[in-house]
Amino acid sequence: MSNGKEYTTLNLGPTHPAMHGIFQNVLTIDGEKIVDSEQTIGYIHRAFEKIAERRPYYQITTLTDRLNYCSAPINNIGWHMTMEKLLGVKTTRRIDYMRIILMELARITDHLICNSVIGVDSGALTGFVYVFQERERVYEIYEEVSGARLTTNMGRIGGFERDFSPAAIRKLRDFLNHLPKVLHEFEKLLLRNRIFMDRTINVGPITAEKALNYGFSGPNLRAAGVDLDIRVINPYSSYNDFDFIIPVGTNGDTYDRFCVRQEEIWQSLKIIRNALENLPAGNFHVNVPEFYLPPKEEVYSKMEALIWHFKIVMGETAVPAGEVYHSVEAANGELGFYLVSDGGRSPYRLHFRRPCFIYYQALPEMIRGGVLSDAILTMSSMNVIAGELDG
Amino acid sequence: MENTFLIENLRNHFEQDIFEMNTNTDMLTVTVSYPVIHDVIRYLKEDPALNFTFLTTLCGIHYPDRGLPLGVIYHLHNIYENQRIRIKTFVTLNEPKVPTITDLFAAANWMERETYDFYGIVFEGHPDLKRILNVEYLDFFPMRKEYPLEDPTREDKDDRYFGR
Repeated sequence: MSNGKEYTTLNLGPTHPAMHGIFQNVLTIDGEKIVDSEQTIGYIHRAFEKIAERRPYYQITTLTDRLNYCSAPINNIGWHMTMEKLLGVKTTRRIDYMRIILMELARITDHLICNSVIGVDSGALTGFVYVFQERERVYEIYEEVSGARLTTNMGRIGGFERDFSPAAIRKLRDFLNHLPKVLHEFEKLLLRNRIFMDRTINVGPITAEKALNYGFSGPNLRAAGVDLDIRVINPYSSYNDFDFIIPVGTNGDTYDRFCVRQEEIWQSLKIIRNALENLPAGNFHVNVPEFYLPPKEEVYSKMEALIWHFKIVMGETAVPAGEVYHSVEAANGELGFYLVSDGGRSPYRLHFRRPCFIYYQALPEMIRGGVLSDAILTMSSMNVIAGELDG
Repeated sequence: MENTFLIENLRNHFEQDIFEMNTNTDMLTVTVSYPVIHDVIRYLKEDPALNFTFLTTLCGIHYPDRGLPLGVIYHLHNIYENQRIRIKTFVTLNEPKVPTITDLFAAANWMERETYDFYGIVFEGHPDLKRILNVEYLDFFPMRKEYPLEDPTREDKDDRYFGR
């Protein structure tokens, strides 16, 4: 090195238990302090944007599932809303409230994983095990609504494939009653724990200006002090009917990110309770015959339904040409869909604005000057999900 | 701010280089010529009345049958007034060079690498332009329209069922 020092290169390799996903960090270390780092990503790149150019519109939902696979409903519903924006379809309040319940459930599960994994990376595995049992309950709710647990393929353009069954409502109520006890126990374990606080306060900080310049959004940006939330500045799906606080941190360090996510779980619980109590009556889908499969009894008896069913399954329905950008507040930040359509059966260009990909490039700056164990905690507190990183 | 205010402002500053302004889509869409793209984005970011300080996303696009086939599309966001704008610029296949905006937005670093990886658009002035999601030794640009989705040399997959 030019200043006479000799630095070590440490490869925090792609398959490492502390990397939550498959991505590589090559660190340049001076003794114990990290001087620089370089990221290699793309180990799970599945060419979604290219595949989307060959799939009819309702088959792209399965691709969006696999972006941030910890909170798949948000991705699905965001894509359906993008299509509805292109087609000019307006949904009813009942559909909006049902979507809000599922999106907030997904947000809760994603934050639960992130926070418990910060605990695991600092050595506290118990919280993780307790909290994952709650995620199991949410999987059962997803199974009642859409049939699948993780990659849910939930909903349709114009609503849902079926209404919430009584079993789904019962499981949802049980979950809402049970989660606060588990959350309190989890917080007693970590939130004011002296060792945890010493390990996470002032670790991996970032200032608000730098965070905005790096394109941060979501809990990572709110921990740095900026209260930007797409649900509030650009309410979609009737979020403006709900009253919730946006938790904001001060330092932008790991402890602030932990606390912001923890408080967002409580706020999401409040929103779900509110939505469930005030769920309006109505149908679970609007009338979009070109994209919404007709009921099977009608397909076997009526001619129009048969034709629509055939056209939808073979993907031969026309879409207006145009371009649209729609974004939702996913668990990691602003998940955007930029759709360019030329009037054909599949998009001409579909670009996913993936929040993880954008804020992960700030990592070298956040871990510079810290030690290796701080780097591991910073990485896990940023909630990097490999599926969203590579797409 | 209103779209008309934006349109007036941009026209006054960049009269020769704006090709097209479109308000029929969900946000104002402006197409500019590629040499001035850096100045346009810097003007949108630093002018106190416009204040588009957040780069939402940057992506590429390929229209094979146009005179300027390769395009870069920028989405900017004024988070204080919730106003979005879309800027497009197009280049030729022989000289796909666009000035980088990493000096204005640090977020553009990986986004430009991804656009280079997929479309082959070279961003001049980028600190480290190399492929990011594909392997380094890939010798073509996969998102361009001439490259098929499936590998055409495979014998086992029947094209009637896959990759329609």
